[in-house]
Amino acid sequence: MPIKRIIPLLLLDNEDLIKTIKFAQKTYVGDPVNTIKIFNDKEVDEIILFDINASRQKLKINFNLLNEIAGECFVPLCYGGGIKDIDTIAEVLNAGIERVSLNSFAIQNPTFVEHAANKFGSSTILVSIDYKKDVSGHYAVFTHGGTKKIKSHPVEIAKIMEDAGAGELLIQSIDRDGTFTGYDLELLCQVVSSVKIPVIACGGAKDVNSLREVLTMGVSAAAAGGLFLFKGKHRAKLINYPLSGFNYNA
Amino acid sequence: MVIVNYNIGNISSIANMLQKIGHKATVTNNPDTIANANKIILSGVGAFNNGMLQLSNLNLLEVLNEKVLHDKVPVLGICLGMQLMCKKSEEGTVPGLSWIDAEVIRFRNSDLFQDMRIPNIGWNDLKFEKKSKLFTDIDDPKFYFLHSYHLNINKSDSTSTTILSTSHYHYDFISAIEQDNILGVQFHPEKSRKYGMKLLKNFVELY
Repeated sequence: MPIKRIIPLLLLDNEDLIKTIKFAQKTYVGDPVNTIKIFNDKEVDEIILFDINASRQKLKINFNLLNEIAGECFVPLCYGGGIKDIDTIAEVLNAGIERVSLNSFAIQNPTFVEHAANKFGSSTILVSIDYKKDVSGHYAVFTHGGTKKIKSHPVEIAKIMEDAGAGELLIQSIDRDGTFTGYDLELLCQVVSSVKIPVIACGGAKDVNSLREVLTMGVSAAAAGGLFLFKGKHRAKLINYPLSGFNYNA
Repeated sequence: MVIVNYNIGNISSIANMLQKIGHKATVTNNPDTIANANKIILSGVGAFNNGMLQLSNLNLLEVLNEKVLHDKVPVLGICLGMQLMCKKSEEGTVPGLSWIDAEVIRFRNSDLFQDMRIPNIGWNDLKFEKKSKLFTDIDDPKFYFLHSYHLNINKSDSTSTTILSTSHYHYDFISAIEQDNILGVQFHPEKSRKYGMKLLKNFVELY
């Protein structure tokens, strides 16, 4: 039987791994190569790595680092950040990375998702969608690391990305990022019932129970950052992986 | 041993894992280098048409056919690599390598399946249908899958292809095959931790 995935999501800030709260308040986590090696040794189901500056600051992707990381990683790895053309996707995949995650550029240009899926296959193309919910309860999608507002509901963007050929969606709540307040089950439920491709939940993971809860609700995978990087109230740095999808299913 | 580099990605991870288990492979798209290989790995993620067109544009079809069908050099197809060995695919219009009498079909959805999502992404186990050297000392494995299409072999045909294992995603599908010197797996051993390491080790050392 298929096994639902539990995925550490790691953020690259230049050459450091960091963790954010609501896409701000960066905390240094560690060296990316070492950290990924530790997660690899813990036999995690998959790792997602986002470069948080690539789109915002229009930086070049650090391929030397990606090559080094991929060389230490024998579990599935997905990279996102600053991808705007087909050649870059080819280069990322060539480094030994299975999948790419598209975000800002793809949301503004759905035909790019279509071209990418035609060339590399849908299963290679993940689209991540970040969103906020305002005080009056309205949802809006944001791109460029939460800095640019798109006046669309996440479900609407999710459907457009599915139609364009995305193979999977990562739905991330900016409000819950790094807050340990639990996943946004209500919105995730809406997305899951609106598309026929797998959905990864992200933002707000609190504990093992919250992972179970969101996986039971119907997402195909649960991603988390802080949960796997910190321990306790004072956010002491401790790389941990409380359970793999194997245990979840058991 | 060569890993065929036909611009279809995911090549380095196989070389990385082979290096980890102490074996060296040449990543190449040079027909002369492939002509001298004692083993071939045909990997790849991506779309069927693009894969066949790349092999053709790089002038690799002739040397691959010669090595696999005539010289009977062991070849391991991984994911799209295995699918390209078939006659055709629903994903594309270009004919495949046709080493295996099978076609590649998209996951069949049905109202009977509750919440079937395509692609199938994630870890799954194998149900062994036939013993093979490829799975020597691999017990109760879990492998990583990333695909929307799978092999379909018409069992009524007098096929010489052996189904080594099936896996279950709403229904049973073919996850590994063997036919003389030709081996194929739908999953990604290069990303399947200890199970994948052992499988690649078996391919290198036992074939």
